Amino acid sequence: MNIPDHLRYTASHEWVTEPADGVVTVGISDYAQDQLGDVVYVELPETGREIGAGDQVAVVESVKTASDIYAPVSGTVESVNDALDGAPEQINHSPYQDGWLFRVRLSDASELTQLLDATAYRQAASEEG
Amino acid sequence: MKRTPLYDTHLALHARMVDFAGWSMPVHYPSGIQQEHIAVRSDVGLFDVSHMGEVRVLGDEATAFLRYATLNDPGRLKLARGQYNMLPNDRGGVIDDLYVYREGDDEYLIVVNAANVDSVLAHLRSLVADYACHVIDESATWALMALQGPGSALLLGRVVADDLTELRKNATVLTKVSGCPVKLSRTGYTGEDGFELFCHPTDAAIVWDVLTDAGALPCGLGARDTLRLEAGFPLYGHELDDTTNPLCTDFKWVVKDKPFYGREAMWGKPCSRRLVGLKLVDRGIARQGYRVFHQDGQVGEVSSGTLSPLTRESIAFAWVESQASEEGTAIEVEIRGQRVAATIVSPPFFGQ
Repeated sequence: MNIPDHLRYTASHEWVTEPADGVVTVGISDYAQDQLGDVVYVELPETGREIGAGDQVAVVESVKTASDIYAPVSGTVESVNDALDGAPEQINHSPYQDGWLFRVRLSDASELTQLLDATAYRQAASEEG
Repeated sequence: MKRTPLYDTHLALHARMVDFAGWSMPVHYPSGIQQEHIAVRSDVGLFDVSHMGEVRVLGDEATAFLRYATLNDPGRLKLARGQYNMLPNDRGGVIDDLYVYREGDDEYLIVVNAANVDSVLAHLRSLVADYACHVIDESATWALMALQGPGSALLLGRVVADDLTELRKNATVLTKVSGCPVKLSRTGYTGEDGFELFCHPTDAAIVWDVLTDAGALPCGLGARDTLRLEAGFPLYGHELDDTTNPLCTDFKWVVKDKPFYGREAMWGKPCSRRLVGLKLVDRGIARQGYRVFHQDGQVGEVSSGTLSPLTRESIAFAWVESQASEEGTAIEVEIRGQRVAATIVSPPFFGQ
């Protein structure tokens, strides 16, 4: 299970980058994509949408099941990964790079401190799996 | 949780194991559901289906008993042939769908869904008292594997002594794989040519290894589900249950016009709803339980749905009110609060 040290995580298996100019990138963890299996369909939020931490904002569907994706932080959706439309399997192949989901312009950067670091997330995921 | 004789094999292959009807079963291997699905459509895949139950019915009146207890007619079976069949209740519904093999003039082996073994046994035993025959649970006696795909006959021909080219669909033969006795039937539930192999549980890992070494890709229950759905086959608990009248489905051919248990509740009853196939016109995936709408009113519910790994279309089964069940009818499926356009189609969902 690949859980990079430089990212932050949620208990619901999203990852978040360090902010660059107030914007973070969000995706799902290697653990989450492995649990889901082959991803075949992704629904992403509208660019410009205001989202609150914990809101259900996207859906990742595998062959077997639909899985809700929650906003790890509050802010405005800056952009979404349109490439997933034609290639949702990127979430399986490259969960931390090509498989990113959306970018958020933070409204409250202090929320980042509420997220799990890699060590804590590794622990949470191993207890679940 | 119960384990099949191939449990250790699945772990060694790094399968993702799930609880299915009380059994720890592989849902997929590292290859993934889509690759496993495509392997069965284009080449050959191997499934462990040892969790399914086996019931032997044996005795002078075995044929009369099964003609009464089931919807199809096992009396029409020649020796060493099998048929798809269903077990009715007395309320116009189905206790299980099953496969019946004739093993002798007065002897049958029935394969039933894992989740229904207990209810099937209890029901058959409640009816058998009036007949000179016995109902024997052989579920622990058999390991069962399904070798499926257009390449399965060629592969099997390389590993068994007997010539299989003459083995017809639904026919069975006793043979050996690597010295292990195997009852082989040319059956399956994927919509492809294929075989099911019944063997002793202690031989299961040997037979599995021979078949995978010969090129069969291990496939899990995930691909088994997408394959049967794409082929337009029902799954008990989804398309069929104890409230569904099979005469209101495309599987009404199973029900033969003869006396059978529960006939009064099933035969000639009007179909207020029918089982149909759906294809989504817009994007999305219809899942079990999603509501189906026609002209703004709810007319039914999805019973199974997936994205077809072969055609990439979004396909589903649904039970809908009869007035909206005509092929070509434009309907909508509600996906997370949004109505998504779909059309009623006639399965199978891929060209054969």
